[in-house]
Amino acid sequence: MGQKLIAGINIDVNDEGYLTNSSQWNKEIAVEIAKEEGIEITEKHLAVVNFIRDKFLKGENLTIRSVGNSGIVDIKGFYSLFPGAPMKKAAKIAGIPKPSSCV
Amino acid sequence: MTKEEFPLKKVCIICAKGTIEDVYASLVMANGAVMEGIETKVFFTFFGLDAITKKQMNNLHTGTIGNPAMRMPGGLPFPTLLGMIPGVEAGVSMMMKSQMEKLDIPPVKEFLEMIDAGGGEIYACKLAMDMFKLKKEDLWDGVKDILTIGQFYEMAGGLQTQIIFT
Repeated sequence: MGQKLIAGINIDVNDEGYLTNSSQWNKEIAVEIAKEEGIEITEKHLAVVNFIRDKFLKGENLTIRSVGNSGIVDIKGFYSLFPGAPMKKAAKIAGIPKPSSCV
Repeated sequence: MTKEEFPLKKVCIICAKGTIEDVYASLVMANGAVMEGIETKVFFTFFGLDAITKKQMNNLHTGTIGNPAMRMPGGLPFPTLLGMIPGVEAGVSMMMKSQMEKLDIPPVKEFLEMIDAGGGEIYACKLAMDMFKLKKEDLWDGVKDILTIGQFYEMAGGLQTQIIFT
């Protein structure tokens, strides 16, 4: 566990770069982390990020299926918004821990 | 933490059995691989073909006979004789599916669509298709191709590739 300067603030992150204190998150941080992941954030990205953040904060089960059923984006669209590993990337940008679900 | 030096790049998963648990083991691994950005190919053969056959795919069962790990709700052993009673297998299978739904594990067809949406590829085995007298039109529309085992091996090459048999 350490700290990292993101968007001008010292943020608590783990070895893999996930925020360890999700309350430190804000939109500027999301934009910065996304840039590191090679993603230029759009409103669509933010809508997905807010959705999964909301799910996490409510303590609900977060799965790729639930993102696909969110009404914001379908699963194909989710993969194209966050290419490669969508759940992991979106979680990192959303300032929540690495996804723990197998689905 | 040490950094993984040779992360997986490709997995080729073979599903040869048609029970709920065998098919879902393959689907969970396949979807999981796609979600990690790993190139994924799933090859369905023998009874595993049920999972990609339109008529059968959402009607898979769990065998209630000869499974020593089968338990009653609550943990008591499940007597094999009970599993022989008509309807029991269907009931157990329905229960499995409802438990999975609670964990947001989708039905077979939806799961395959999720894998497909992420770029995973689904294949059927030619020999088993011939054996079961199945035609391309009997299969789920997302099946990419019908392959011989030789063609499957041709796809399974490359460093950091694993073949997984479930």
